[in-house]
Amino acid sequence: MAVNDTLEGTHKIIEEAREQQPRINPLAPTVNDFNQELTTLNLGPTHPATHGIFQNILQMDGERIISGVPTIGYIHRAFEKIAERRPFYQITPLTDRMNYCSSPINNMGWHMTVEKLLGVEVPKRAQYMRVILMELARITDHLICNGILGVDTGAFTGFLYLMDEREKVYEIYEEVSGARLTTNMGRVGGMERDFTPVALQKLRAWLKSFPAVMQEFEKMFNRNRIFMDRVVDVGGISAERALNYGFTGPNLRAAGVDYDVRVMNPYSSYQDFDFEIPVGTKGDTYDRFMVRNEEIWQSLRIINQALENLPEGPYHADAPHYYLPPKQAVYKNMEALIYHFKIVMGEIEAPVGEVYHSVEGGNGELGFYLVSDGGRTPYRLHFRRPCFIYYQAYTEMVVGQTLSDAIVTLSSMNVIAGELDA
Amino acid sequence: MAEQNESIPAQEQAAAQDPAAQKNAQLLALLHRLFGADAFTDVEEPYGLLTATTTRERIHDIIAGLQQDQELQLNFLTTMCGMHWPEKEGQELGMVYHLHSLTQNIRLRLKIFFPITDPVVPTLTDLYSTANWMEREAFDFFGIIFPGHPNLIRILNVEDMDYHPMRREYALEDGTREDKTDLFFGR
Repeated sequence: MAVNDTLEGTHKIIEEAREQQPRINPLAPTVNDFNQELTTLNLGPTHPATHGIFQNILQMDGERIISGVPTIGYIHRAFEKIAERRPFYQITPLTDRMNYCSSPINNMGWHMTVEKLLGVEVPKRAQYMRVILMELARITDHLICNGILGVDTGAFTGFLYLMDEREKVYEIYEEVSGARLTTNMGRVGGMERDFTPVALQKLRAWLKSFPAVMQEFEKMFNRNRIFMDRVVDVGGISAERALNYGFTGPNLRAAGVDYDVRVMNPYSSYQDFDFEIPVGTKGDTYDRFMVRNEEIWQSLRIINQALENLPEGPYHADAPHYYLPPKQAVYKNMEALIYHFKIVMGEIEAPVGEVYHSVEGGNGELGFYLVSDGGRTPYRLHFRRPCFIYYQAYTEMVVGQTLSDAIVTLSSMNVIAGELDA
Repeated sequence: MAEQNESIPAQEQAAAQDPAAQKNAQLLALLHRLFGADAFTDVEEPYGLLTATTTRERIHDIIAGLQQDQELQLNFLTTMCGMHWPEKEGQELGMVYHLHSLTQNIRLRLKIFFPITDPVVPTLTDLYSTANWMEREAFDFFGIIFPGHPNLIRILNVEDMDYHPMRREYALEDGTREDKTDLFFGR
């Protein structure tokens, strides 16, 4: 009863507020006015160029875009609500499904958030293993984005060529975690198992073969006249506007701001590695493409360093309250059985507190704001999803451009529907 | 929310010469100088992130002042989200803002709380373009109203939904089921 009263009160306030402040609805008119020769065009929800399910209602004057209204939420799965009923380790599969092109980064980011809350120190070897996997994920994420940008400009070859490489990385994931796309990789406290000899062998073989492919891809695109004509000075954004719009990641760096979480707030031993942060100047599609390409090279540098200096030692923290014991021990050892039961039933003791942790995701600062009230699940969990935050700038970036420019702009922003909607 | 922050690891509390703690002290001094010490309550540093509670009357001025400030340049709105604490009489709903200074690398968390019967909060869309969708999300999830927002409609859920699903009274599980109690499943 009380609930309904409050709700009615709320709706009344909403109505009043709307009456006072008439909604400036920038929705394009649905009736096409032939006198002005303006056309309303639905770009999406299932358009091949959106690479996911979201809609843009564009108002066009001939080939030029006059205004646009993005509609999102087509694959909203209420992760923040679901997370309020799940123990910490069951939230990892939810994070997989946000930016599904780079699931390991999401997984590790979430594990690190919980570790920060619980005060678990992860051994160096596990941190280096995480770095290797996260950088592999960054590479696959950027490969997808740049490969598809090629497709949207009409160059299919590069995309197929790169997909083959992504396949090899997925085989490495498979050796490490058993899964390929939604990896559910690692655990709170470290990794679930050490790198197997096969995984290391596949990783080394890939590190040897991939640079040649990447060089060929760059040779095909970077100074290609046709490609450059399509992407240079298209969909640009100034550094100032990008910051105001909360851009992070490659899209912000393309605009010339060298903000990278890996450097500014190093996590998982990123301070041990020597790498550079590429920045662009104009923030246009070409800059975004080039920044991503260069980041792939820098990620390779990091992986090589991490693999070379991979420390010996345990691959998970000595935290029996939080880290599942080996299955064999559960059958033989009473303590292991107790810990196993408590962890699986979510009976671990979490401190009361709130923690914000962010990692450099494929698209920018991926943040986790976790509020714990000491219960077995988060009291509130908010995901800072970079896609959700920067996609709102899309309209501003494409107004005044042609439809084909809007397509490559969208493509180069790397909007992942799973992360957009969560 | 003092009770939330009791179990901060001891090494973080004891870090007097820690550069992060020094930056937080510098930021807190700036906040007090610009807006007065009475503007902030419950000042904490959970896990090294300076957190302060203020009121919805002052939140817009504070964030605008920090955006203009040249000393620490907290002019990047990382994220904002709503919250619901049904047991807190008169302060059921809340908004949490995370600000970041990209030049000084300082983060600040600001919170405001207000009654659920009057969920009106000033909009930040005039300061940050990025606040647009974040506020629409908070409206969608919690029914928080931002007067002055250019287009305050639902963003992730369907337009004709008649409730705000992230409020705590809406259980995730089917409320009629008796075999799945909170004791064994969930909270």
